Amino acid sequence: MNNKDNTIVSLENVTISYKSQPAVKNVYLDIPKSKVTALIGPSGCGKSTVLRAINRMNDLIEGCTLKGRVLFDGIDLYDKDIDPVEVRRRIGMVFQQPNPFPKSIYENIAFGARINGYSGDMDELVELSLRQAAVWDECKDKLNDSGVSLSGGQQQRLCIARTIAIQPEIILMDEPCSALDPISTLKIEETIHELKKDFTIVIVTHNMQQALRVSDMTAFYNAEQEEGTSGGKVGYLVEFNKTEEIFNSPCQKATQDYVSGRFG
Amino acid sequence: MVAFVLIGIGLVVFTGSIESMGRYGIKFLFTSDWNPVTDQYGAFTAIYGTLVTSITSITIALPLGVGTALFITEKILPKLVRETIGIMVELLAAIPSVVLGLWAMFIMEPFIRPFLSGLNNNFGWIPFFSSRPGGPGIAPAILILVVMILPIITSIARDSLNQVPSRLREAAYGVGATRWNAIFNVILPAAISGITGGVLLALGRAMGETMAVTMIIGNSNNFNFSLLSPGNTISSMLASQFGEADGSQVSSLMYAAFILMIITLIVNIIAQWMVLKLKLKY
Repeated sequence: MNNKDNTIVSLENVTISYKSQPAVKNVYLDIPKSKVTALIGPSGCGKSTVLRAINRMNDLIEGCTLKGRVLFDGIDLYDKDIDPVEVRRRIGMVFQQPNPFPKSIYENIAFGARINGYSGDMDELVELSLRQAAVWDECKDKLNDSGVSLSGGQQQRLCIARTIAIQPEIILMDEPCSALDPISTLKIEETIHELKKDFTIVIVTHNMQQALRVSDMTAFYNAEQEEGTSGGKVGYLVEFNKTEEIFNSPCQKATQDYVSGRFG
Repeated sequence: MVAFVLIGIGLVVFTGSIESMGRYGIKFLFTSDWNPVTDQYGAFTAIYGTLVTSITSITIALPLGVGTALFITEKILPKLVRETIGIMVELLAAIPSVVLGLWAMFIMEPFIRPFLSGLNNNFGWIPFFSSRPGGPGIAPAILILVVMILPIITSIARDSLNQVPSRLREAAYGVGATRWNAIFNVILPAAISGITGGVLLALGRAMGETMAVTMIIGNSNNFNFSLLSPGNTISSMLASQFGEADGSQVSSLMYAAFILMIITLIVNIIAQWMVLKLKLKY
């Protein structure tokens, strides 16, 4: 499907379970470097779970286990010797709800950089990160105000700036626009276009138009009732390909149905 | 109704203490003679005892309580251990103070006496450790107060920490914070307002606590800086003397009670103010 040399993260037969209930199973996925990869699919298909597995955010959820391998530059992220903190420094994350720290805008950026041992000019880093996240003009006169005083869209871009400031190689975005209005959404999407020059981006989205607008590659997940169980659905990867292929000529019928809006 | 009772109690205590107030005025606060035979009264010993026991016990209980709460909320220990600790904290709060007092008298105090003697031998030059420990005293009273306020601090700190939204935790871990980074820079600051409120509530409790303290503090009205010697607190003095007091002694006890009410009132006002002041928006 794509050249192995270009792959930055590779999921090999990944199954993630909460307690003993699998949430998503047997995922193979090669995420290409310096591209935007979108994960789409109906609710409960495990796309956020897969995303959070890439920087070991699922470690914070009790009872969440992962089988299979997640390779980042050829290193298994779930190896015993790997420090999850180090993983999260190299693979940053932007969350569904804007979640700035209840600190000043300046501190919101500086905090992450400082704990990651950044020793350069902090003022410069703050400005650069805010500029890259396209929120500098709104923030430059009130760097000492609380990050929470910004509007929702600005908060989310502040969170993106905060993630940029730790200079990760990959930025994961978990439905970054789902809590935002259309104009803020548009601004975030423009930001994503700018960011893909420097970072690999993986974005989970509910919004198919958004996937179409921002991504180069798209992975479609679906969920099905597990055989022989009464309970929850289990998600699986249906199809992964270039975005235009997924939307224009998908191989699977389920993908076709989903992208044309017949379910989901 | 609440206001009525409150004002009623305040008025009764105040009118009861007028005689003593007139006689001793502000000097009551700074003299330490308490002699029913010569009818000389000064509450300094008890005020000192109240302040030193409550403040020292808070200082000891605060890191223990917040630490326990962190262990319970931040998933540092396995679930079974966490839940067991949580239940034990609540059980500790349910022990009647007279039982704790009894335990302090017969088990804890003899147990810690060698340690207190050690303090006196090695640090006797510090005024706080300048007397030989022997039986009841301020130090065992402080320790029993720690035991009594620890559950308050722990459970309020636990509730405040639980109220920190998980998206803030995720934010901290998401920028590569270690667990301790996240706790000290993000989670504790977000919970600090509630924790402060709990600490000041516990301080009020420590000042007013009567039974266990009366049983272990020694009820001595001779002033001594040392924590190892017997002392008194306002509430233990009230409890131990009211029964047989008459005349101006009653009035002086009322005066002491009035002072205690004022101190706890001030603590509560400070508590309210700090909770508002420290509250972070998130």
